[in-house]
Amino acid sequence: MSDRIFGSVCLGLAAFMVWGASIIEESFIQDPLGPKAFPVLIALVLALCGIAMWLKPDQAPQWPGTRKLLELLWAVAVLVIYAQALPVVGFVFATAIAASFLSWQLGATIQQASVAGVLISFSIYAIFHLVLGLSLARGPLGF
Amino acid sequence: MDALYSLADGFAVALTWQNLGLALLGCFLGTMIGALPGLGPSNGVAILIPLVFSIGLPATPALILLTSVYYGAMYGGRISSILLNIPGDEPAMMTTLDGFPMAQKGQAGEALAISGIASFVGAFVATWGLVFLAPQLVKVALLFGPAEYFALFALAFATLGGLSSKNQAKAAVAAAIGIAIAMIGVDGQTGVPRFTFNTVHFYDGVDFLVAIVGLFAVSEVLVFIEHRGTGQGSDGATVVKLGRITPPVAMLKHTTGAMGRGTVLGFIAGVLPGAGASLGSFIAYAVEKKVSNKNDTFGRGDPRGVAAPEAGNNAAAGGALVPMLALGVPGSGTTAVLLAMLLALDITPGPLLFTKNPDVVWGLIAALFIGNVMLLAMNIPMVGLFMRLLAIPSKYLMPSVAMISFVGIYGISGSIFDLMVMIGFGVLGWVLRKLDVPLVPVILGLLLGAQMEKNLRRAMTISDGELSALVSSPLAIGLWSMAIIGFILPMILGRFVRASALKKEQTQHSEGAS
Repeated sequence: MSDRIFGSVCLGLAAFMVWGASIIEESFIQDPLGPKAFPVLIALVLALCGIAMWLKPDQAPQWPGTRKLLELLWAVAVLVIYAQALPVVGFVFATAIAASFLSWQLGATIQQASVAGVLISFSIYAIFHLVLGLSLARGPLGF
Repeated sequence: MDALYSLADGFAVALTWQNLGLALLGCFLGTMIGALPGLGPSNGVAILIPLVFSIGLPATPALILLTSVYYGAMYGGRISSILLNIPGDEPAMMTTLDGFPMAQKGQAGEALAISGIASFVGAFVATWGLVFLAPQLVKVALLFGPAEYFALFALAFATLGGLSSKNQAKAAVAAAIGIAIAMIGVDGQTGVPRFTFNTVHFYDGVDFLVAIVGLFAVSEVLVFIEHRGTGQGSDGATVVKLGRITPPVAMLKHTTGAMGRGTVLGFIAGVLPGAGASLGSFIAYAVEKKVSNKNDTFGRGDPRGVAAPEAGNNAAAGGALVPMLALGVPGSGTTAVLLAMLLALDITPGPLLFTKNPDVVWGLIAALFIGNVMLLAMNIPMVGLFMRLLAIPSKYLMPSVAMISFVGIYGISGSIFDLMVMIGFGVLGWVLRKLDVPLVPVILGLLLGAQMEKNLRRAMTISDGELSALVSSPLAIGLWSMAIIGFILPMILGRFVRASALKKEQTQHSEGAS
């Protein structure tokens, strides 16, 4: 079943690509193939494979239950918030919070997770910024 | 001979204190990364590329560092395969078949040592092959015109799918997705933006590093979160007893034939574009089993079952460097990451590499030799240390991996948009892994898609629109036939393998019943 859904997604993606290719502007420098041809070709390959998967689906994988799915969504949300927050609160704080949260999600207790988060944040800061000179996000406090 | 002189020059470049130090650091880091289950050579090198790039190391030291990490990670992958039955990457799968039973029998130390020695032999011979073969291939490379390059890329895609997935359609989808993403951005030939939908951030296309780190590292974190608590991951391993660290000489002699055969087969497999280290280890194990499995010891802890795939996959890894350096076409997933690394350092592999940047190439090859020796010397005494590392629970490891990925990508561009794209790729990677769609063709598509299209369009421009130009030269026809065979063969073989596996099950059933 999952493969069938994926097959239809591929077909949809192929259609999307063909539409996206059709709105490409023509330029005055043109080679015989043009900028539209290859995307359409790849869309064709995608469509064929989508049909192949529709016709011969593999065994459906084990999708995680609702609870796990929510956990995963939570983790992705944390990463997104982390990315947005980097320039706002700076590297050290943002990383400590994000690392603690992920650690807690992976099974640490709240104390273990917070300690781990702070340690991870500080070690990365020390190694990559102080020793190697990489530029990490600066927050209002300068780090 | 010319090659030997250039190699001597390369050693002169590589044997500075700084470079040696970097090689040592790389070997150590690589072995650690490879040994930790869940991270593999591709992940390790992928995470480190943006970091090395941002630190601003010049080309040769950076290359030496990253290649040492690559080789080190391959060695390291054996540690988790043998001790935990968790392959660090695809090529390591074959090692689990006899390595883990050996560990269970209390021979873990010997298994690790044999895998170390076999890896050394395989890599050593393959590097010599690289020294002599690559310049020859470069001469042949000049025969490659745009039509031939297009056929070569098609061959790489066709054969790569063949081994890494049981379903060819899925491999093709993965490659198509990768190529499609590569087309986002301003078109090289005509200057018009494609698939950008008026987002300025997309004008430069999607950065392959962002995609690689997202697809491999971030998706790994998600997979870990998913499997936590279901007993499918390893949370802090049960450590197996080590036993002797150095194998008895008799065992070594016993495995020499296996190592030799594995090396030759692995090197040939590696040189084929698209095939790579996993094919090398697979073929080496399969042939060795056919040749030496007289008392049905394979699968139960036969040291030859460890030596053959190990020699095979290291030889293949070395062999995969041949088409990568000489033609610019990666031979495997990990060489694809190496290609990404070279591109990030502004070095374009291909026939001109040997003439324009000979010091980089030969310095790299010299570094491979040095790295090999270092790894052999380090592996055997340091096994105890690495085993302790395996005890780091994943609940601390995975967040570190995620955070380091962010650091790496942010370090290159400072762009939050890139971070979001990386997270998007992480989710995509998780979904694809769930659906059993291989990730390596996606990366390959991203790296090679633009080149593939460029060569196709060049061929068409030269021939003024004549499609037959694509199959006009014998070289092109040969490459296309190999591509077609390589694509179809696994489907036929797969049916055979599944049929014989089913038959075996049935006979075992009837034996068990009676």
